[in-house]
Amino acid sequence: MSARKRVTIPIRIEPGSDLPAAERAAVLEAVNRNRALEGALLPILHAIQDRLGWIPPRTLPLIAYELNLSRAEVHGVVSFYHYFRQHQPGEHVIFLCRAEACQAVGAVALEAHAKRALGVEFHGTSGDGRYTLEPVYCLGNCASGPSLMIDRELHGRMTPERFDELIGATSTSAASASGSASGSAT
Amino acid sequence: MSVTIYIPREATALSLGAHAVARALSDEAARRKESVQVVRTGSRGLFWLEPLVEVQTGEGRIAYGPVQAADIPSLFAAGFLKGGKHALNLGAVESIPYLKNQERLTCGRLGVIDPVSLDDYRAHGGYEGLKNALAMEPAAIVKAVTDSGLRGRGGAAFPTGIKWKTVHDAPGPQKYIVCNADEGDSGTFSDRLLMEGDPFCLIEGMTIAGLAVGATRGYIYLRCEYPHAHDTMTQAIASAYAGGYLGPDVTGSGRAFDLQLRLGAGAYICGEETSLLESLEGRRGQIRFKPPLPALKGLFGCPTVVNNVISFASVPIILQRGAQFYRDYGMGRSRGSLPIQLAGNIARGGLVERAFGVSLRELLYDYGGGTRSGRPIRAVQVGGPLGAYWPESKFDTPLDYEAFAAGGGMLGHGGIVVFDDTVDMAAQARYAMEFCAIESCGKCTPCRIGSTRGVEVIDRLVAGDRAAMQQTLLRDLCDTMLNGSLCALGGLTPYPVLSAIDYFPEDFSKAAALEAATR
Ligand SMILES: Cc1cc2nc3c(=O)[nH]c(=O)nc-3n(C[C@H](O)[C@H](O)[C@H](O)COP(=O)(O)O)c2cc1C
Ligand code: SF4
Ligand code: FES
Ligand code: FES
Repeated sequence: MSARKRVTIPIRIEPGSDLPAAERAAVLEAVNRNRALEGALLPILHAIQDRLGWIPPRTLPLIAYELNLSRAEVHGVVSFYHYFRQHQPGEHVIFLCRAEACQAVGAVALEAHAKRALGVEFHGTSGDGRYTLEPVYCLGNCASGPSLMIDRELHGRMTPERFDELIGATSTSAASASGSASGSAT
Repeated sequence: MSVTIYIPREATALSLGAHAVARALSDEAARRKESVQVVRTGSRGLFWLEPLVEVQTGEGRIAYGPVQAADIPSLFAAGFLKGGKHALNLGAVESIPYLKNQERLTCGRLGVIDPVSLDDYRAHGGYEGLKNALAMEPAAIVKAVTDSGLRGRGGAAFPTGIKWKTVHDAPGPQKYIVCNADEGDSGTFSDRLLMEGDPFCLIEGMTIAGLAVGATRGYIYLRCEYPHAHDTMTQAIASAYAGGYLGPDVTGSGRAFDLQLRLGAGAYICGEETSLLESLEGRRGQIRFKPPLPALKGLFGCPTVVNNVISFASVPIILQRGAQFYRDYGMGRSRGSLPIQLAGNIARGGLVERAFGVSLRELLYDYGGGTRSGRPIRAVQVGGPLGAYWPESKFDTPLDYEAFAAGGGMLGHGGIVVFDDTVDMAAQARYAMEFCAIESCGKCTPCRIGSTRGVEVIDRLVAGDRAAMQQTLLRDLCDTMLNGSLCALGGLTPYPVLSAIDYFPEDFSKAAALEAATR
């Protein structure tokens, strides 16, 4: 080998400097707003997911660095909780209740219908990018099931027919009201 | 003169269209130039009547329900602002039998008051318990709670006063009050209803706990599946600070109590108190070994009271009316009242607060009116996903912690899930194992591995694949989980499984029976 060979010492870049600007900003804002709290990690993860809709795995090193934790610790927490999402969701997230009280009034059939109608399994996003389907284990609406929540909007006594109306309805109202559909018709 | 109308802002009512009703009502009133004032309340918990609209008249509040937005014009036409006749008119709300025949000690203000109005809360007896507590020695507060006979409403039914005494007696410069608002059990919603309908009651109960044990900081750990409760609690906490009921100097007493609301993130196991504390500290929600008890080494290693929402919310009335008043209700060692939740396939689902001692049968038929589907009730599951499945033959059991335990069941948080005769109990048993597998914290093997093996064994059993052997295997596995699990998730999952197979064996042998018939 020639003597001209140069050895490059890789310089460790500052964590997060390679992140898309929006993600970096979301992390830093979440950290700065919650840093002083006792047990700040969950509030920070919630703030990030509220802002971005998910917690991109590439943000974990920055979160860890800012909180003086190891990446393994942060990854361990993010992956432990079902609610924290490491994949980008569709425009709306449908939380479909799978628990006993809803089973007693047809949740199993509704689940099969929802999967067919959206063409997804749980955690999947429909082909048009509109809906992500997530299982949930009780929404506290157990006397009026089957229940589901679209984003933060709860719906009871759901049937396959009403499900179809709803996913149609939400897409139109979302188009006209720029995203935040509120209040439930019918 | 303006007419006051009450419409819930509570989640179930919203899920059935309460916002649309409120909007339609305001629009129609404006069109007719009627002056109305709409107050958004919690729900009384009569869910089959939601959205329930109440009109303030000279004869008290007149109820209409279930109201849909499309009913609004006809309600105006019928003169409902004066309590007029209409197909949906239910008469005076307080005289609806379901509600009238309740003992609402803890849930008395639900649906009555504006949940985020301090004035409304005070006008209905709010903060009188705190006033009394501030005039008492901490030990006397603890004694009042002990004497009331109150036991934890979160599931384990541990005497609340004894827990508080342990924290009161524990040395430590910093102590904590933690409210378990994780309410993960399917079929339960009393915590949610309380937080959405009477949040100051929870805040008052926690503040009294702080005074009793010498804790100046509190947390509410709320499940993230409850965004409406989150909104209401957030508003109420802010108002309590603004009104001087929280902060460094609670109502000028010189005593401090700070309160923060924290969100869970969709893990059932975080309802278990040590897992909850781990989560509050910012970690994975894994169970801690006990001892040490959280009362001695809890949040951040400090002495900590962990109680359920309903436990805390029962404290103000105990301090207001006295321990004796509360303990006069109930039976045996179950004192006071329990907010019971009727759920699943039930005609009149909702909240029934009664003194302990009411029978399952009375709840299912007299209050609940049987199934929503109109078919016979085949099974009920009481006490959440870890509770046993019971057949009709057990419906005369009184709601009492000891009576349920003696029958091989568990009262838990007071949720009753009803199934009609179309239920497949083998599928329910399988789900119990599946749920345990999904929610296991992974700390111990019987639960982490056993639950997955349980699903497989039930699948083979139901398929009729060497059924006798699978049954033996399943019972053996359940025995291991029961005796070898660190916490009640793995330890109690065998209850729904074994009760299903013991009381409904025919559902597990369908394949075998079919094979025998076709042979
Ligand atoms: C798997 C599991 C889940 C639990 N979930 C809850 C819950 O959601 N809410 C609750 O108050 N208690 C729950 N508990 C009971 C708590 O561990 C604890 O006993 C309770 O919060 C103490 O409060 P209490 O004495 O007022 O009932 C759960 C226990 C276990 C084992
Ligand atoms: S029984 Fe299950 S949830 Fe409980 S400690 Fe063991 S693994 Fe964790
Ligand atoms: S079981 Fe579905 S909302 Fe409770
Ligand atoms: S637990 Fe450490 S190697 Fe298996």
